[in-house]
Amino acid sequence: MPKFFRFLIWILIALLGAVAVATIALHRGEQINAIWLVVAAVCCYALGYRFYSSFIAAKILALDPQRATPAERLENGRDFVPTNKWVVFGHHFAAIAGPGPLVGPVLAAQFGYLPGTLWILAGAVFGGCVQDFVILLFSVRRDGKSMTEMARAEVGRVGGFVAYVAVISIIVILLGVCALVVVNALKSSPWGTSTIAMTIPIALLMGMYLRRIRPGKVLETSLLGFVLVMLAIFGGQWVSQTPSVAGWFTLSASTLAIVMIVYGFAASALPVWLLLAPRDYLSTFVKLGTIGLLAVGILALHPTLHMPPLTRFIDGSGPVFAGNIFPFAFITIACGAISGFHSLISSGTTPKLIRRETETRMVGYGAMLAESMVAIMATIAACVLQPGIYFAINSPAGIVGPAPEAAAATITAWGFPVGATEMHSLAQAVGEQTLFNRTGGAPAFAVGMANIFSNNLGGHALMAIWYHFAIMFEALFILTVLDAGTRVGRFMVQDALGHVWKPLGRTSWYPSILATSALIVGAWGYFLWQGVKDPLGGINSLWPLFGISNQLLAAVALCVATTIIIKMENVRYAAVTLVPLVWLVLITYTASWHKIFDPNPRIGFLSHARQLEHGIMTAATPRFIFNDRLDAAVTSVLVFLIALILIESVLEWTRVLSGRKDSEVNEAAFVATRFAAEEQG
Amino acid sequence: MMSKFLALCWAALREIFDESAYTRFLDRQKVSSSRETYAAFLRENELAKARRPRCC
Repeated sequence: MPKFFRFLIWILIALLGAVAVATIALHRGEQINAIWLVVAAVCCYALGYRFYSSFIAAKILALDPQRATPAERLENGRDFVPTNKWVVFGHHFAAIAGPGPLVGPVLAAQFGYLPGTLWILAGAVFGGCVQDFVILLFSVRRDGKSMTEMARAEVGRVGGFVAYVAVISIIVILLGVCALVVVNALKSSPWGTSTIAMTIPIALLMGMYLRRIRPGKVLETSLLGFVLVMLAIFGGQWVSQTPSVAGWFTLSASTLAIVMIVYGFAASALPVWLLLAPRDYLSTFVKLGTIGLLAVGILALHPTLHMPPLTRFIDGSGPVFAGNIFPFAFITIACGAISGFHSLISSGTTPKLIRRETETRMVGYGAMLAESMVAIMATIAACVLQPGIYFAINSPAGIVGPAPEAAAATITAWGFPVGATEMHSLAQAVGEQTLFNRTGGAPAFAVGMANIFSNNLGGHALMAIWYHFAIMFEALFILTVLDAGTRVGRFMVQDALGHVWKPLGRTSWYPSILATSALIVGAWGYFLWQGVKDPLGGINSLWPLFGISNQLLAAVALCVATTIIIKMENVRYAAVTLVPLVWLVLITYTASWHKIFDPNPRIGFLSHARQLEHGIMTAATPRFIFNDRLDAAVTSVLVFLIALILIESVLEWTRVLSGRKDSEVNEAAFVATRFAAEEQG
Repeated sequence: MMSKFLALCWAALREIFDESAYTRFLDRQKVSSSRETYAAFLRENELAKARRPRCC
């Protein structure tokens, strides 16, 4: 295509993107169509990918198509395998996409659709995608080394230690929060609980089928599992309509929490092939299918957003979680904009599959754009709901009251009309007893998704099926994260304890497996229990804690990336990672300060503890006070550790820039690729 | 064009779902698929799979 036409096309894309962003940002008082969000996202992503990632690839990273990657040099047919870029893209996307980009944007919708959307677009293009891309490339140039190994080698010993502790902390907090989201989605829901319960025998059956009947036929087994899960959804409807059976599956939040803790322990201690692997396959299968289906649904229906662009809760008085738009909108949406957890994937399996250095751009930057699109779809799913319904689902009983009439009156008084009868009808339509106080984000997302799906397929009659399909999809996602996360945490603890006493480090020694599994499950189980018992619904205190720890891990990754860029003598371009790093430090430190010291008891852990101390004492009060102080301590420790790696990084930059230290990077030696010659003929 | 696209999707799914990894294992070990070889493949991959985090 002639250069002029290419230029013209990009000008048109830029103009269309500008119009779409302006429509989203400047419309006041009238509802807009969701398609504007999709158009804005697609244009921003296209421009970011075409120009910004290309600039980073050429000017900073100097991607070298002649340089052999570890997949080629160390090819062993097992970990290191040169793989087609699209296949690696799919593999990487399947690993980074989890429940985070679905839940975070739903919670942040309490501020309106505008803040979340703008942060998702800008955060992904200038932050998240850059982080994933540079960490992937740096890992490729270091024989596929992990983030913690790179931190140790490039920043220093403290950097390595901090990265290790940050990873363990985020895993524990993440698992506690994720489990809480599932508990809140399934409490008093016989349909949802029975469907999710059925996924455990289905996964076990898949494991047996795969090992004994059709060895290696994973896709076939996953398809079989998917059919069985769909049958379980229909079976769940029967369960909910049969009072004698429904009673068994109508569980309180406390009971569900205990079940989750026992399940997490069992999943960590059982052989991988029996439960973890088949569930992982099933979850991935459902995930890829559902995300595709949701995209098609939004494009086909192009629904209207009922949520205003900004709500009154930007002042920090929101019922879903307390805190001002700055910094809380930016830590509530982590995955979808920038997620530190991705740096673990970008320096895990993916760098060992990359065939050519130039492909890191598409895989690292491109897959994060796809995840960001998922977050935009979640924003749409939440914002197509009437705001009154959204707040009725997401507000805890501690804020709006436990009685439906009182809750509806409170929410209506906020300016978002909703009726108890309307909520009752909606609950009946989706096959639930109630939709009031279903905090955590998952039920609101499920109602929004069911709304979109039922308008495309099956009409109102299938609303309940779509709702429970969405709940099953989210819970399956989260339980997979729980299985895998508990086991990864267990291995990390075993690695550390192995330095103290060797047998504890043996991953096949059962006493060690049981002890370390109990340690990890106990840690996240405590946060889960704390959330379940919290009268404000738990999400109010725990989701920000998760956001802070995830963004702090991103700060660690960006410290490592900036250090390497400076050592590459590219200091004039260091702003590419330095600016997102400064932004993350600003938002996480501000959020941490608020969460620890804010005088508003709904925000600050310590002021909440003081309020409890001076209030009416009940048997549970001392535990609530302890939990507040524990949360404050956890936040303080995270902030302190990140301060250490920041200081160590700045000292390293100063040493290099002042010439006191050679700017030497620890890359693997250059070896010419054979693929370039093969491609030339 | 369409068949190429579908082949690519199929290859991506086979990689995501470890079918390609199993095929490579069979090629490397020069054995055919059976219960025993699949069990050996699972044993070989168990540690790597268990250490692989799933993102939030």
